[in-house]
Amino acid sequence: MRWRAGETDSRTDTTFLLFSGCVYGNECDVVASKCEQSSVLLKELRSSMMSEGSSFMKGLILGGIFCLVMSFFETFNSGTHSEGHEHLHHHLKPVSKDELQKLSESQMSDWTLQVRVYCLIMVTPKLLVHWATANDTWSKHCDKSVFYTSESSKALEAIDLQEQDEWARLRKAIKHAYENAGDLRWFFVARPTTYAIIENLKYLVLDKDPSQPFYIGHTEKSGELDYVEYDSGIVLSYEAMRRLIEIFKDEDRCPERGHALWKTPEEKQLATCLKYTGVFAENGEDAQGKGLFNKKSVSSLISDSMGQNPADVVEACCSDMAITFGGMSPSQIQVLMYGVYRLRPYGHDFHDSLTFLPPNDSDND
Amino acid sequence: MKALGARSAFYVGLVVGTCTMYVLLRQVGFTRNVGSVEPEAHKKSMLEMVEEENKNWKKERLALFNLNHPHHTGEDGTLADALYKHVRILCWVMTGPNNLEKKARHVKATWSRHCNIVVFISSVDDPDFPTVGLNTKEGRDQLYWKTIRAFHYVMDKHGDEADWFLKADDDTYVVVDNLRWILASHSPEDPVYFGRRFKPYVKQGYMSGGAGYVLSKEALRRFVVGFRTKVCTHTSSVEDLALGQCMEKIGVVAGDSRDTLERETFHPFVPESHLTGTFPKTFWYWNYCYYPIVQGPQCCSDLAVSFHYVDASHMYLLEYYTYHLRAFGYKYRYQPPEPSVIQDLNAPAPDKVEIGDIEEKLGAEEQEGEKKSLEQNEKL
Repeated sequence: MRWRAGETDSRTDTTFLLFSGCVYGNECDVVASKCEQSSVLLKELRSSMMSEGSSFMKGLILGGIFCLVMSFFETFNSGTHSEGHEHLHHHLKPVSKDELQKLSESQMSDWTLQVRVYCLIMVTPKLLVHWATANDTWSKHCDKSVFYTSESSKALEAIDLQEQDEWARLRKAIKHAYENAGDLRWFFVARPTTYAIIENLKYLVLDKDPSQPFYIGHTEKSGELDYVEYDSGIVLSYEAMRRLIEIFKDEDRCPERGHALWKTPEEKQLATCLKYTGVFAENGEDAQGKGLFNKKSVSSLISDSMGQNPADVVEACCSDMAITFGGMSPSQIQVLMYGVYRLRPYGHDFHDSLTFLPPNDSDND
Repeated sequence: MKALGARSAFYVGLVVGTCTMYVLLRQVGFTRNVGSVEPEAHKKSMLEMVEEENKNWKKERLALFNLNHPHHTGEDGTLADALYKHVRILCWVMTGPNNLEKKARHVKATWSRHCNIVVFISSVDDPDFPTVGLNTKEGRDQLYWKTIRAFHYVMDKHGDEADWFLKADDDTYVVVDNLRWILASHSPEDPVYFGRRFKPYVKQGYMSGGAGYVLSKEALRRFVVGFRTKVCTHTSSVEDLALGQCMEKIGVVAGDSRDTLERETFHPFVPESHLTGTFPKTFWYWNYCYYPIVQGPQCCSDLAVSFHYVDASHMYLLEYYTYHLRAFGYKYRYQPPEPSVIQDLNAPAPDKVEIGDIEEKLGAEEQEGEKKSLEQNEKL
C-alpha cells in the first residue's frame, strides 16, 4: 500500500506528511508506524496549540475587560473628586464689566497700583534670539522685568545664576524675585519663547487679592497632580511666592536636586511643592471659558480653528483678552505687537475702566 | 508541557490585552486633560449660521446687502455706526470661479462683512455665492476688461445705493471702518480716488491694484462717461496703470490716503513684510512709491486700510488682530482726530437749520484741506 503526502487514511484517521514509497512487507509496516507516530505527534501538537490559542484569546479578552473596568473606575473616581475640586478652584476668570463699572475712583486707583507685575524671564544663551525679542517687546510692559540666565552672555544683560539645572535655576530666580519685589505683588514666570500681553494679565488678576495664594496659567493633569504648563507662562501671587520660599527649605518634600533616576520637569516639581503648601493650580480663562494662556502661536491656533470650525474660525479660535502665545518667530511677534497695540478699526471703543499707559522706551506698540 | 504552554499563553494574552486596550483608550482620549475643556458656547450648527446670515445679510440681484453693521460683544460702536450710515461703501471683489472656495469664501467670511454692499465679480454668474459673471474670460490679461466692466456694472445696478466704490482682489484684506475714517473728510461729489499711490508713468501717479483703490461717485461717473465718449479705452491689460491713466485724462484727482502722521494706509504686501522686511535696494518697490518709503513700525498707520497677498489663514489672522485681540485698558499712542462730518452730525440740533449752511461749511472745510492736502493737478 502506498500513501501519498497529504492523504488521509480513513481507517486510522491519520494524515500522512511523508511520501511513502513502499509496496509490501516490513518496509511498509515500519513506514506506516513511523507515520502513525508522527501523526500522533501532530495531533498532540495541534491540540496543544489549540488549547494554547484559546488560552491566549481568553487572556486577551480578560486583559481588555480588566483595563476598561480600571479606566471607568478611575474616571468615575476622579470625576466625582474633581467636581468638588472644580467648584472650589480650577477656573479663574477676570472681573466682569458690570462689576468694574460699579467701582469708585479711589478703588480704581487702588487696584491700578496693586496690580503691578514683576516678570521673571528664564533665559539661556541658546535662546539668544528669543531673549533679544522678549527684551525688545513684551518685557517693557512689565512694571519690572528681570532676565535670569544660566550663564552670562556678552550681548544682553541678565542676572547670572550660574546654574545649569533648570529646577535649581527656577528656585534661585524665585528667591531673588521675592527678595527684590519692592511693592510689586504679582509675579509672572516665562521663558523667552513665550509672548505675553501683560495688560490682559493685569485684567485677569485685577480683583484677586495677592495676599491670597494664587497659581494661575494653563493647567494640565499628570495623574493626580494639576500643574501649570511652563510654556504658556506661570502667574504667582505674593502669598504663593512666600509659601514657596518656605517650602524650599524642606529638602524632603521639595528637594533642590531630585534623587530619582529620571528628571521631573520643573513645572511639575513646582506644582508638587506648592501643593504641599496648600496652593493649587487654576486655569485662567475668559468669561466664555476660552483659555487665556496658550503655548501655540496665533497662526497655529487659527489653522486649527480653520480645520475644526470652518464656519466660525475667529470666534471659535482664541480669546479677545488672550494673555500668552508661544513658539512665535521674532517677525511674527512684531506683527503681533502691531495687531495688539496699534491696528484697530476706527469707531469701535471699549471704555475700559482702567488705563494702562504705553512704555517709555519703545516704538513698536 | 501542554499545561505549561497553555498557562503561559494565557498570561501573555492577558498582558497583550491590557496593553492594547490601554493604548486604544488613550487614543480615544479617555485620559482627561483638565485644562482643555472645550466650551460648547461657540460651536455653532450650520442651521444657526444660516439663520444668522439671513438676519444680517440680504442676498439680492447677485449682491450682498449688509443689514446690520457687525458688532462686537462689549464694545461701543456708535462712532463706527454713524460713519457706516454716512459713508456708504460698495466693495467689489475681483475673483473667479476657481477661486471661490480657495479665496473668495474667506473674504466673504471676514472683512467684506463691514461693507455696505458686496459684489463678487467673476466670469460666471453664481446666484448662491453670489457672484456676478461679466462677459470676460479668466486670466491676467483680462484684468482691465474685468475692471472696466465691473465698474460699469456697479454704476448701473448700484450707483444710487453707495457713495464710494472700492475695488479689491480676493487676496486683499481691507479694514473698511478705517477706509470710512479717511473718506469721511471728503465728498463723494469730488472727483477723487484713493489707494497706495505709485509714481511712474502717470504724472499725478496711479493706485496699486493689489492694495485696492476706491473711487468717489463722481469719479465713477466720469469713468463711465469717459468710456462712452472714447476718452478712455482698453489701452492695456495692466489694470491699475491703465485705470490711472484714464483717471488723469478725465480729471479725477489721485488723493493722498496717508494718516495725519503721514503714514501709509493702503499696503501692497502683508504686514510682516512692511513691519520687519527689508526690501533690497534693487526691488522695484523703491522706485514706485510716490511718498517716501518707511520700513519698520512706522511703515504702517494704526488705522491701516489694506494689505495684499493675504492668503486664507492670514485673512482670519488679520481679522483676529483687527477686530478681536486687544490689550485691556491700553491707551493707544496714536489718537486720530474725529472727521469733521461726525462732529457736525453730533452737534446739538440748532433751532432752524438750513441745509445749505451745513453743506457750505463742509465744503469750506474741505477746501481748507485741514487734514490732508489734495494734490491738485493744475492743468485739469
